[in-house]
Amino acid sequence: MDVSIRNVRKEFDRFPALRNVSLDIHSGELIALLGPSGSGKTTLLRLIAGLETPTEGSIFFGAEDASMKSVQERNVGFVFQQYALFRHMTVAENIGFGLKVRKGNARPPKEEIRKRALELLDLVQLSGLENRYPNQLSGGQRQRVALARAMAIEPRVLLLDEPFGALDAQVRRELRRWLREIHDATGHTTVFVTHDQEEALELADRVVVMSQGRIEQVGTADDAYDRPNSPFVYGFIGDSSELPVRVEGGQVWLADRTVGLSVENVPDGNASLYFRPHDITLLDGCGGCIAGTVAASRRVAGTRRVELEVGGAQYRVEIELPVDHPAKEQSRIAFRPNRWKLFPEQQGASVQSG
Amino acid sequence: MSNASTVWRFRQPSVLPGFGLALGFTIAYLSLIVLIPLSGVGVRAAALGWDGFWAMVTDERTVKALQVSFGTSLIAAFVNVVFGTLVAWVLVRYRFPGRRLIDAAVDLPFALPTAVAGIALAAIYAPNGWIGSLLAPLGIKVAFTPVGIVVALIFVGLPFVVRTVQPVMEEIDRDVEEAAATLGANRFQTITRIILPSLTPAILTGFGLAFARAVGEYGSVIFIAGNIPYVSEIAPLLIVIRLEEFDYAGATAIAAIMLVISFFMLFAINLVQAWNRRRYGYGS
Repeated sequence: MDVSIRNVRKEFDRFPALRNVSLDIHSGELIALLGPSGSGKTTLLRLIAGLETPTEGSIFFGAEDASMKSVQERNVGFVFQQYALFRHMTVAENIGFGLKVRKGNARPPKEEIRKRALELLDLVQLSGLENRYPNQLSGGQRQRVALARAMAIEPRVLLLDEPFGALDAQVRRELRRWLREIHDATGHTTVFVTHDQEEALELADRVVVMSQGRIEQVGTADDAYDRPNSPFVYGFIGDSSELPVRVEGGQVWLADRTVGLSVENVPDGNASLYFRPHDITLLDGCGGCIAGTVAASRRVAGTRRVELEVGGAQYRVEIELPVDHPAKEQSRIAFRPNRWKLFPEQQGASVQSG
Repeated sequence: MSNASTVWRFRQPSVLPGFGLALGFTIAYLSLIVLIPLSGVGVRAAALGWDGFWAMVTDERTVKALQVSFGTSLIAAFVNVVFGTLVAWVLVRYRFPGRRLIDAAVDLPFALPTAVAGIALAAIYAPNGWIGSLLAPLGIKVAFTPVGIVVALIFVGLPFVVRTVQPVMEEIDRDVEEAAATLGANRFQTITRIILPSLTPAILTGFGLAFARAVGEYGSVIFIAGNIPYVSEIAPLLIVIRLEEFDYAGATAIAAIMLVISFFMLFAINLVQAWNRRRYGYGS
């Protein structure tokens, strides 16, 4: 089921939670809404479900305007961060609930509901637990039951609100892979909310990066990481270092030195330079470089992360060095980013990268 | 036999200090306040001998009084469960002007001398009272009948249900209701299949408390009941009557049988609670 969000605005007590958001979700896609808390990602998910109504704008399921439909009519599967299982029902009853509350002919017979619940339980790899109560399950098991329950109603869209947020790291990784498998097997159009970029980049076909009620960028993991279109996305996705620089005559300047990067069609003035800590070249002499003194260094897995004080201790940037690099505190290091992006300070100015 | 895990211990090892002191204090306190006075009832009743006791208890007036007491208490507790849950629902779910006043008014039956409540209720429900005069043409008599007793017992029992259900209702996750809605349940189905079942333990506790309170109620009932022997005479009143006749043995016999019945009913409620708890567990 294609889902199309058109110019949706949502205010809570005049506080804007979403400002004019538009998004097209294709049938069968697995989409992540990624952003820091307060970015409006959960609000967007709840609007799709019908748990909130938009202040303005509309939401289409296929060709049909669903904006004015109630939650019950929309037929969406929703998975909550805290599972929201029904404590007084067994696992099988939980999963069958959506079918049991159907009216008249739409309600399958009892054995049929039970059979369907057992099938789903098998799909989420929890066979044999159908007579347990939710409080007898672990967190990861509960979330699987919640997903099975959501899928039991054959939803048009599957919506997951930070589905792995309450689980520990190990279970999280496991369930992530498992969710991808289930999605590939069932082909549900799926939207999930997360603040964990690793989760979003690894799991989703497309990532929607949100900030302050707006969509910053929509794209694949590669798009978001390699071609961020705003300072926010650059800073939010992956590690990055930022330096305030100046553009003069097509050259990038840091204080009174040139960095050795040239740009075209960028007006003179202040700008922000972004680069990835690992994507740099160390230089011996400094004829156009960024130079700084080592302020702190720490070992991160196979590399060494070094914090440099640049421009007379005004700014700090992070770069990655080989573990065997002899840099100690207070030693001077010069480098130049290989790939970088320049965001001019004035609004509307073009973005330059290299 | 010597396996350490099978050795029965009076006390499980625990890092929390003060078990001996706390248990000792609890038992001493309970004995002074509850157990010793109540065992007095047993001792006095025992003085009657089994046949004497049985004759007292199976006396028709006593049986009728017990029936009135427990019957009206059960009805009142049931009514309170329905209306108390409703009151709690309104207080928890809606925000309206005067909510805090209503919230405070719920506790009034705790504070008011119950005799005052009985007199007020009798005045209102008497055939010439405000409400009684409206009901009289319909042939409904409230005051001076068992119906009046039920009304008085509803009054004294209401806060027990409201105050036990309210906090549990406040803790129901919005998530759970929203989950039911996304699964297609309408409001009515959500309430009957999701919310009420999760309130069952609290409702049972409220029922037990309201029932226990009603069985022991005296002050408010005697003013509205009319106190007609065999019809609207409650067991506590019969105890007082026997005392005034200096029939101490008779009074303690009724008291003893009331104790036994009450104990078993409350015990049964607790068993249901424990079963409920084992099934659904506490916490998330």
